[in-house]
Amino acid sequence: MATIHIDGKPYEADPEKNLLQTSLTLGFDLPYFCWHPALGSVGACRQCAVRQYRNEEDTQGQIVMACMVPAADGTRISIEDEEAREFRRSVIEWLMVNHPHDCAVCDEGGECHLQDMTVMTGHAYRRFRFRKRTFNNQYLGPFINHEMNRCIQCYRCVRYYKDYAGGRDLDAFASHNHVYFGRSEDGILENEFSGNLVEVCPTGVFTDKTLKTHYTRKWDLQSAPSVCAHCSLGCNTLVGTRYGGARRILNRYHYDINGYFLCDRGRYGYEFVNRPERIRHPLLHEGAHDTETYSKPETCSADVALKEARIRLRRANRIIGIGSPRASLESNYALRSLVGEDNFFNGLPAAESHLVTVALEILRHGPVRSASLREIEEADAVLVLGEDITQTAPRMALAVRQSVMRTPRETARKLGVPAWHDRAIRDVAQSDRGPLFIAAIDETRLDDVSTAAITRAPNDLARFGFAVARALHPEAPPVDGLSESDTTLARQVSDALANADHPVIITGTGLGNEALLQAAANVAWALLRCEKPAALAFVVPEANTFGAGMLDGRPLREAYDAVSSGDADTAIILENDLYQRTHDVDVDRFLGGLKSIIALDSLRNATTDRAHVVLPAGTFAESDGTFVNNETRAQRFFQALPPEGDIAESWRWLGRLAAGSAPSEEPAWKYLDTIIDAMVADYPELRGVRDAAPSADFRSNGARFPRSPRRFSGRTAIHAQFDVNEPSPPADHDSPLSFSMEGSTAVPPASLVSHYWSPGWNSVQALNKFQEEVGGANRGGPPGICLIQPEKNLHPFFTEIPATFRRSGEKFVVLGLPHIFGSDELSRHAPALAERIPHAYVTISDADARARGVSEGDQLVLRIFGREHKLPARIRPKLAPGILGIPMGFPGHAGLVFPVDGHL
Amino acid sequence: MFSMLKTLWLVFKHAFHKRVTIQYPEEKAYLAPRYRGRIVLTRDPDGGERCVACYLCAVVCPVDCIALDSAEDRHGRRYPSTFRINFSRCIYCGFCEEACPTYAIQLVPDVEMAEYNRQDMVYEKEHLLINGQGKYHGYNYYKVAGLAIGGKAKGEAENETPPVDPKSLF
Repeated sequence: MATIHIDGKPYEADPEKNLLQTSLTLGFDLPYFCWHPALGSVGACRQCAVRQYRNEEDTQGQIVMACMVPAADGTRISIEDEEAREFRRSVIEWLMVNHPHDCAVCDEGGECHLQDMTVMTGHAYRRFRFRKRTFNNQYLGPFINHEMNRCIQCYRCVRYYKDYAGGRDLDAFASHNHVYFGRSEDGILENEFSGNLVEVCPTGVFTDKTLKTHYTRKWDLQSAPSVCAHCSLGCNTLVGTRYGGARRILNRYHYDINGYFLCDRGRYGYEFVNRPERIRHPLLHEGAHDTETYSKPETCSADVALKEARIRLRRANRIIGIGSPRASLESNYALRSLVGEDNFFNGLPAAESHLVTVALEILRHGPVRSASLREIEEADAVLVLGEDITQTAPRMALAVRQSVMRTPRETARKLGVPAWHDRAIRDVAQSDRGPLFIAAIDETRLDDVSTAAITRAPNDLARFGFAVARALHPEAPPVDGLSESDTTLARQVSDALANADHPVIITGTGLGNEALLQAAANVAWALLRCEKPAALAFVVPEANTFGAGMLDGRPLREAYDAVSSGDADTAIILENDLYQRTHDVDVDRFLGGLKSIIALDSLRNATTDRAHVVLPAGTFAESDGTFVNNETRAQRFFQALPPEGDIAESWRWLGRLAAGSAPSEEPAWKYLDTIIDAMVADYPELRGVRDAAPSADFRSNGARFPRSPRRFSGRTAIHAQFDVNEPSPPADHDSPLSFSMEGSTAVPPASLVSHYWSPGWNSVQALNKFQEEVGGANRGGPPGICLIQPEKNLHPFFTEIPATFRRSGEKFVVLGLPHIFGSDELSRHAPALAERIPHAYVTISDADARARGVSEGDQLVLRIFGREHKLPARIRPKLAPGILGIPMGFPGHAGLVFPVDGHL
Repeated sequence: MFSMLKTLWLVFKHAFHKRVTIQYPEEKAYLAPRYRGRIVLTRDPDGGERCVACYLCAVVCPVDCIALDSAEDRHGRRYPSTFRINFSRCIYCGFCEEACPTYAIQLVPDVEMAEYNRQDMVYEKEHLLINGQGKYHGYNYYKVAGLAIGGKAKGEAENETPPVDPKSLF
């Protein structure tokens, strides 16, 4: 620790940090623009000027940029110095020379860093009498609105987009006071993380286009802490709502997971919450099982629906419950308790269910730790085995992209360049990147920063992984018949991993290959045997896949068998469209064999269309619950929107169903805490869920934490068209949050933060006040509890090495290709995101295309299970021959379980 | 004795004073133009709605009696799709008028807003929007704002230079 003097007072400081970061951490209001905790310093905006003195005697000092000076021991600065203040005020005045008179119609207004800084420096009156320069805007796609006039040339956008996120299509153009930030021509921003520009831009140049369609100021958004429902990483989000609809998603800082950034699926996938295909009332559906007499479902009251469902359950011979990896842990548990252990199925196809079990077993009984995204970001060697993480777990790809800078940073550190000095580090690094090895079936979006990227068939990827493990440790099983080049590369990978201080292995269930998981585990275990603190990151398909897996349900196949073998005749299907999971012939047979189907879901789908009773489940925005992410971290999400009408969390519906026949009877679980307690009692492994967030009776100075900002407007007019007497705000018995602007003003525990605001800091940068130190851990520790901790004991290596891939005759192996936009069942209903979904296609290797005379774009007829899929061909030079790929989960061929055999 | 006579004299003198009481409603009281009475939404000199749905009136309102929701026309001009004032809560403080960056919301000298039914004091946009500029004439927010809307492209606002071509060198 160092001691620095600010305005004559001594403070403790970290000499590894710069003066700006230190001053902000100490609570000083020092204005800045170009500096960002995740992007480092470049000293471009000249806003954070302070006066630095050489020593105690020095009274003159000099003006320096706080972001470019280390907080070294004995540093003396003055923030309050008159000349420094004048300097900062004039910088703002220059910036405002061309800034348009737009605040009233600007989406950033009210949460604008430029507004905050202008007020902070005291600039109030425009003295410049000449004309303002203007720019034309560009169309940047469905996510981002461009309003270039508002730019203050801080360069944060290109530094984030190009340097941090690896984008190539946003740049700075022209010179002097004409500098323009945009694309070379109008078009969609290609990068998967473009949405973060909204938060990175300190003013209103890049704003959220989906918010623009239902614009609400930050102070009017009733928000709650939530967890992204669109992949397994569990990024923390803030869901902003107004007038009964979700209006936007903002990043909620989680030190160990998403940090400052989200992917575009997480940010823009929320709009499905507001869609007309939402189920908002219970539906009764006579003759639903008989497709011939398909009738329109009729809406009914909750009591009628529950009565009907209870009658059907009473008449049932055997009730089976089908859970879901996209429903919360509580809902799955509620279903399991309702139908009983023997009748609970986890809602996953057999193959996927098996893979999830294998992955969980590796984490439970193996000695290796599950890597958080922060650990991946700080890893100095990464091996990605099989999974196309940009498409299945996008935020992880952004973390991997940062990991390659770790080695150059270390080089720079040895040269005396501080870690925050971004410009200097990039000058030192040039094109030098740390080790990143990607083994995938085809090119991935991370290949540009990889040390080496190989493409093989899934089995051969696994064999490559096993070979790496073998090269690391002689006890690992040998791989026979590996090609010369693969052996060399495996040696190279193993050397890089063995030389690293924090190697991370990433794999996933995306290719449906068990051996890949085992190979990755072998590599990690081999590294541990070499005394390297290796970590393993599994990517699973959905937000609560691991949660559903931890409840020991059996796969869908067995549920289908339970019906075809005759004894089960009633099913409760929890937030699961079976037509997305398994082949429609199987689903038809299964649903057709049931006497009663009770479905709970939030969006209308093929399964709910065939249910006799449909109960309207809440989406993530209307629900309280827990998701278990890919590192088995249990994280709580809270209602941002009081459920409208009959909508309720699935666990609440199931509790009412379990209660018995009288409508007045108490449900089995009245509150979230009751069901969590019941669950933890049944599953000691899940005990961490209880501590994932404070329980409902948690109070701060006797008060709840408000969901609405203090300046929430319109309280006495918002419902006045119905009744001039204001209704009392909805009660919340499940969380320590209130649906109100009243309550505690203290900084809440990180899992309960519902908006970032601090006096003088209206923009997202108010986050500084919610961290232990600026850019550091969340105050009070990052939210969530990892449920599985590694075993101390070493685990014997997996020894079953798969045979190398050989195509059999004319048959192809068809693999599912995940897509960030389109493969996720819920987010593809969001209109903005839907614009980014590509048309379905089939990828074919160069060799196969030549052999069959196929050229790019030709319509190919692919036969799978006797059904023809007509798709345009995309020729991929790096794809292994004998393999075809089609997008996962796209309409028309959803429900295929990959890998599957196909014929052309 | 003297004070009683003095009081009588004062009362008698008052009989010849000018009368303050007027026979309302037959006779109307004079209200100054700046009187804070009924709230209206005005139009700009071109007849367009002045309100740009910036929510500043709503947020400044101490009794939170203004609720609106924004919408945008095809050309990017923002307007309130709903605008509601609950006059049974309004305290006529005029903060909304002060906060309004476009002179859209104005308090006018009209106090005849009494109702028998409190529910009738909830005014929607159709009750608030008038066909005129109210007290402040000549101001058109979009003429000074940098945002392009239908009929006004970039660089066409007051005090603006034509748009820069970023692909040129200087």
